Amino acid sequence: MPLSETEENAIGEIVNRHAADPTQLVQILRDVQNCLRHVPPAALDELARLLAIERVQVQAVAEFYTFFSSEPRGFYDILISDSITDHMLGSREIAAYLCEKLGIQPGETRSDGRVSVDYTSCTGMCEQGPAGLVNGYTITRLTRDRVDRIVELVNADAPVDQWPREFFAVKDNIHRADLLLKTPFQPGSALKWALTRGVESTFSEIDKSGLRGRGGAGFATSWKWRFCFEGPEESAVCPIDKPTGKVDRYVVCNADEGEPGTFKDRVLLQSYADQVFEGMTVCAAVVDARQGFLYLRGEYLYLYEHLKSVLERRRQSGLLGKNILGRDGFDFDIDIRLGAGAYICGEESALIESLEGKRGIPRNRPPYPVTSGYLNQPTVVNNVETFAAAALITLKGGTWFASVGTEKSRGTKLLSISGDCARPGIYEYPFGTPIAEILRDCGATDTLGVQIGGPSGVFISEREFGRVLGFEDLPTGGSFMVFDHSRDILEIVRNFTHFFAHESCGFCTPCRVGTSLLKDQLDKICAGHGAAGDLVELGHISQLVKTTSHCGLGQTAANPILSTLERYPELYERRLKATTFEPGFDLDSALEVARQMTGRDDAHAHLEQEVEL
Amino acid sequence: MTTLTITIDGQKIPFVEGQTIIEAATAAGVYIPHLCHNPEFKPHGSCKLCTVKVNGRNCSACTFPATEGQEVLNDTEELNETRRTITQMLFVEGNHFCPSCEKSGNCQLQAVGYFLNMLDAHFPFFYPSREVDASHPDILLDRDRCILCELCVRASRDVDGKNVFALSGRGIHTRLIVNSPSGKLEDTAIATDDRAVHVCPVGAILIKRQGFQVPIGERTYDDHDISEVSLEHEMPTLGGSHGR
Repeated sequence: MPLSETEENAIGEIVNRHAADPTQLVQILRDVQNCLRHVPPAALDELARLLAIERVQVQAVAEFYTFFSSEPRGFYDILISDSITDHMLGSREIAAYLCEKLGIQPGETRSDGRVSVDYTSCTGMCEQGPAGLVNGYTITRLTRDRVDRIVELVNADAPVDQWPREFFAVKDNIHRADLLLKTPFQPGSALKWALTRGVESTFSEIDKSGLRGRGGAGFATSWKWRFCFEGPEESAVCPIDKPTGKVDRYVVCNADEGEPGTFKDRVLLQSYADQVFEGMTVCAAVVDARQGFLYLRGEYLYLYEHLKSVLERRRQSGLLGKNILGRDGFDFDIDIRLGAGAYICGEESALIESLEGKRGIPRNRPPYPVTSGYLNQPTVVNNVETFAAAALITLKGGTWFASVGTEKSRGTKLLSISGDCARPGIYEYPFGTPIAEILRDCGATDTLGVQIGGPSGVFISEREFGRVLGFEDLPTGGSFMVFDHSRDILEIVRNFTHFFAHESCGFCTPCRVGTSLLKDQLDKICAGHGAAGDLVELGHISQLVKTTSHCGLGQTAANPILSTLERYPELYERRLKATTFEPGFDLDSALEVARQMTGRDDAHAHLEQEVEL
Repeated sequence: MTTLTITIDGQKIPFVEGQTIIEAATAAGVYIPHLCHNPEFKPHGSCKLCTVKVNGRNCSACTFPATEGQEVLNDTEELNETRRTITQMLFVEGNHFCPSCEKSGNCQLQAVGYFLNMLDAHFPFFYPSREVDASHPDILLDRDRCILCELCVRASRDVDGKNVFALSGRGIHTRLIVNSPSGKLEDTAIATDDRAVHVCPVGAILIKRQGFQVPIGERTYDDHDISEVSLEHEMPTLGGSHGR
C-alpha cells in the first residue's frame, strides 16, 4: 500500500530532523514507528530514497530490533517486562489480567487498532515491578487496580501524557552508598582539575586507581584510553605519549543496560548524570576526542528528556561545546542515541554498528574498537559506572580509589539487587565483600541461591555464600538476583535460556542454532519428556555454544544451564523418564494429518508408542 | 629476512604479515574446513566451521591474523567433532533434502558433511517455513537451502556493485532478503553472469534450466574430497582462480 500524503510528509520531516544522516537510521526508524505505529513496506522505500541508501539496508535494520514492527501496533502499545524478577512479582498474571480486560491475546493488536499488548525483555525495573512500557515509557509497580485504571484510560482514549504521574514514577532505591554514590560532586570540578593538572597527570591518576571496566569484562580503563590515543598495544607506551597520526577519536558511553536484573546505570543516569558526562568529557580530554555518544537503551526512553536537559545545562556552563572551560581548542560534545530493543547492542562492537545505523552484529576482532571503532576510528567504549568513577578519580586521585577493594579489583561496585529480599535496590560495596554480608544487608532470608552477573553470569548455591565480589572470584556487571527456597531453579534456567534464544543476533551458527536447540532441549526435559541421554546432550550442546560462539552472548548463553547442571544435577535427573531413549515427538499425534486425509479413525489408524527400556 | 612461521598440528607453516591463519594454511596446502569463507571476499567468520585452537583458545581461522610462533591445532578429533556438530546444526536449521536437490554432488555443505564423516543430522529438524522465489526468468532463489553465509551478499555488493541481497531478521529468524520493493528477484538487476549467482556454496541460488546437465555420480564431490577441491581452487601456487 502506498503512503498517504500525510505519512509521506511525516517521514520527510523525521528524516530532515536527523539531517538525512544514514548513521541515524535506528533513531529515524524509532520516530517512524512512533509516528505511524509501524514501519510499513512503503516507508522502507521512502527512507531508502531520502537517505540515499539501499532498501535492503533499511529493511534489515527495521527487522532486527524488536521495537520496530511491520504490522501496526496499537495506539496504546503496552509491553510487559519478561524478566524472571518481574515473573516473581506476578507479571505473567498481571499480563493475563490486562489482556483479558482488553479482550486480546499477548502479541495481538485489538481489532479497533487502539491497543496492543506483548512481552519484552527485562526493562530494568526489577526492584519496582511488575513493570512495562506504554508507548515506550516506563510504567512500574503494576497491580490489578492499576491495570483496571489503565484499561479505563485506554478505552476513554486518554492521551498517555495525561495518565496519572505515579504510574510512571521510577525510584532510585539506593540502600548502600560508598565512594561513588556518596562523594559530593560539583559539575565541572573534575574537569577543572584535569585541565589544571594536565592530561598526562590525569591519565596517570586513572592508571594508579586500577579502575577496570564496570560492564563486567573488566578491561583496565587506563589501557583502553591509552590504546585509543596511541594506537594498538604494540606501539603504545606508558605513561601516555604522542598520538598516532591525525584521526577523529570518539568516546562512547554504553548505557545499553540490557542484562536482566541490572538497573544501576538507570540510577546513575537519573541522579548522577553530571558525574557520568563529566567522566566522558575527562576521557575526551585525555584521548583527544571531539564527539561523544551516550547509547541509551530504548527501554530507558523516560530518561531521554532529562539527560538532554543536563547536556544543555552543561553546554550553557561551558562544560561541553567549543573551548570547554575557556581552554582553546578543547571542543567536545555529546549526543544521545537510543537503542530499539536488542540486548546484543550491549556488546561494544555491536553497539558501534547500531550507532552507525546498522543491525547490531558484533564485529570480528581484532581490530578492537579502541583502534577501529565508530566509523573505523579509535573509540573508547566504557560503561556508565566506569565514567562516573573516572570523574571522581580525576577529582580525588587514583590512590583515594585504589585504597578500597582488593588487589585485582580496586574500588567499589554498584549492585542492582532484586528478587527474594526485603529491601531490593541499589547497593554499593567495596570489592571483596562476601555474598553472605550482601544477603544480610538486603534482608534476604531462606535463600536458595543467587544469580550473579545476570543470566550471562553464574548461579551460586547456598553453600557458596562465603565467596566474594571481585574479578578474582565473582565478577559482575551488577546484576544480583536473589532466589529463596520457594523458587523452581529449572524455571529460572528456562527463563534465561529462552531469553538468549530470543536475543541471539543470528550471525554465527553455534549461537543462532545452538541457543534454539538449548531452549527446545531444556523445554523437553522440563516437560518430563527427557531421558538420561537428553541430559548428556544438553551438556554437549552447552559446551559447543560456549566454546565456539562469535561473541560474549553465545559464549555465556549456556551458563545458566552449565552452572545449575553442575550444582543441582538431581533437579534435572528428577524430571527424566526412566528410559534410555525418549522421542521428542508423539507418534500417534503425528499421524493425525494422515487420519484426517484418509477419513479414518479406527483402531488400526492409531499407533501405540513403544520405547525400548 | 627471517621467515615468519606458525605451527599447524606440529607442521611449520610460513606466513606473511597480514595473512589470516586460513590464508597461511591454504597457501601451504593445509585444508581447514570452511563454508562462509571464500578467498575472493573479505573474511566473514560466521559459519564457525573453520574453528581452530590457537594457543589453547578457539578462534575462527578465516578471520584470525597469523602471528609469529602461534601454535595452531586443526585436524584433531575434538575439533572435527565440533565441526561435525556445527554442520549438523546447519542441516537441521534449514530444509536440506539432498536427493532432490540439483546441487547434490556439487554442494559444499554436503561435501563438508562427507569429509567430517557426518552420518546423521543428530538434532531434531526445525522444518522452518521459508519462501522460495522463482520470480526471475533465469535465476531461482530457494531459501530452504540457505546457510546464511552472506557470500551472495558480499559478491553482489563488492563485485557486482548491485546490492541485490542482505541478511535480515534476528537470531533463528535470520533470513536472506532481496533488494526490491516487492522483495522479489525479478524486480532486481541481478543477471546470470553476476558473481553473486555463482558463489553460493549450497543450492540456494541456481540458474534455471541447467538441471542435471552433469549426471549424479559425475559431479565435483562425487569423486573428490572437498579438501582436495578446495585447495585446488584456493591455493595461490596451484594457480587457483580465487587466490590472492
